[in-house]
Amino acid sequence: MKQHNIQFWLNGEKVSLQVEPSDVLLDVLRGKLGIKSPKAGCDRGDCGTCTVLMNGKTIRSCLALAVEADGAEIVTLEGANSRKWTQRLQKTFHEKNAFQCGFCAPGVILSATELLENNSRPTTHDIKEAIAGNLCRCTGYEPIVEAIEETVKGK
Amino acid sequence: MPITTEFEYIKPKDMDEALHVFSVYKEKARVLAGGTDLVVHLKENLARPEVVVDIKALPELAGFTLRDGTLRLGALVTFSDLIASPLIKSKFPLLWEASLTVASVGVRNRATVAGNICSAVPSADSAPVLAVYEAEVLTRSLKGERRIPIADWFTGPKKTALLPEEIVTSIELKLPEKKHAGCYMKLSRYEGEDLAQGGIAVLAFADNTYRLATCALGPKPARCPGTEAVLSGARLGEKLLSKAKETILGEVSPISDIRSSKEYRLHMTQIMLGRALGSAVARLFGKGAKYGTENIC
Repeated sequence: MKQHNIQFWLNGEKVSLQVEPSDVLLDVLRGKLGIKSPKAGCDRGDCGTCTVLMNGKTIRSCLALAVEADGAEIVTLEGANSRKWTQRLQKTFHEKNAFQCGFCAPGVILSATELLENNSRPTTHDIKEAIAGNLCRCTGYEPIVEAIEETVKGK
Repeated sequence: MPITTEFEYIKPKDMDEALHVFSVYKEKARVLAGGTDLVVHLKENLARPEVVVDIKALPELAGFTLRDGTLRLGALVTFSDLIASPLIKSKFPLLWEASLTVASVGVRNRATVAGNICSAVPSADSAPVLAVYEAEVLTRSLKGERRIPIADWFTGPKKTALLPEEIVTSIELKLPEKKHAGCYMKLSRYEGEDLAQGGIAVLAFADNTYRLATCALGPKPARCPGTEAVLSGARLGEKLLSKAKETILGEVSPISDIRSSKEYRLHMTQIMLGRALGSAVARLFGKGAKYGTENIC
C-alpha cells in the first residue's frame, strides 16, 4: 500500500515519518515514537486509556489513523506540562494518592485538563461527565473526582 | 490491535474528486470522518475497504447554519460541536440533550451526527431526535443530489437508503413553528458512556399534539404514529397516558441481547414513555428539569 509522509507537532516538537494507511495513531506513538503514556486498553474506544489531545481536544488515539495526524498538534501526557492545569492536577492526584495502578492516569489527567481549560468552575456532575469515558478499575473514582475538585479550589 | 486489512488512504480537497472515487469504487470505498465506528470495524475486519476517503478537507461539509427556520448540519459536525453551541441549546434543545448522552467526551470530539446515522445501529441516540424533528438527509453523487426523509433513511439494522456511489453532505432539520418542548429519555445501564438499551424522543406541542420516536426498541429507529394519534388533541392525563402506554407496545419490537432482555425493554418502554412525556410537557409550561439533566432512565 502507498506509504504516506506525515508531519505533525508532537508535544511541541515537529516530527516527520512514513506511515502505512492502516497504521493506528496509538501504535505509532508507542511503537515508533517512544511515547508510552497512552495505553492500549480496550482498543475500541470504550476505556479512554489511549487518550491524547489532538488540536486541544481529547481523542481516542486507538480510533485514529496515524495519517490523520498529518498537520495536527498532538499532545500526550509527556508534553502536557505546558498546559495550564496539567501539573496542578498531577500534584493534587499525587498528594491525595488518587490513583492505584495508574494505568488510566494519563487519560484521566488529559480529560481533566480539557475540562478545566473549558470550564474552570466545574460542578461535580461536570467532572463525572468529563471523565465518564475514562475507566478506572482500582479506585471507585471517588478519589479521582475529589482530586479534580481540590485542584479547582487551588488547595 | 493492528488493522490487517490493506487499503489506500486519500483525502480529497474538492467534492468532485471525492465523488469520483465513490463512483469508481462504490462499496469498496468507505468514508472516514470521525472514525469512531470505521476504525473499530477495520480492526475487527467488519469493514474491508480498498480505499478510505477522509472527507475532513471538504469545506462544504463543515459547520452548521440556521437560516429561515432550517438548521443545516454539515456532515463533519461532531456531537461536541453541537454541545458547545448556544444556538443548538436554545433552538434545538432536544438535539442538544441527546448529544450529551452519546458515548463520552473523547468519542464525541470526533464522532459526527452524519456518521451516527450512516452506521445506523438500532441504538443510535441521534436517530429518534432527528425523526421527531422530521429531518432530511442530503446526499450527493456524480449523478446529483438526493433529499431523503429520515423516515425513509433507515432500512434495517446497520442499513440505510444511501447508495454505494453517494456520500452524505448534510442533515436538515426544520425548527417547528408551533410552541414546543422536548425530551430525550435514554435507558442505559449506568450514567456516562453506554449504548442505549432503549431511547424515546418526544416533541410536545402546545396544542396537545406530539411526535414520538424510539431507538434500540426495534430493528431500526422509528416514529410511533399510533401512539401519537392516541395522544393527539386531548390534555395529557392518567387515562390517556395508560392508553398510550398500551398502544406503544404494539409499535416497538425489541430483542433480547447483551444489554437487556426483550421483556425488560418492553416494560421500560412504557416507563420511559411516561417520564419523557411528563418531562416534555413540564418543559412546555416552563417547568420541569433543565435540558441535559435527569434524562437517563
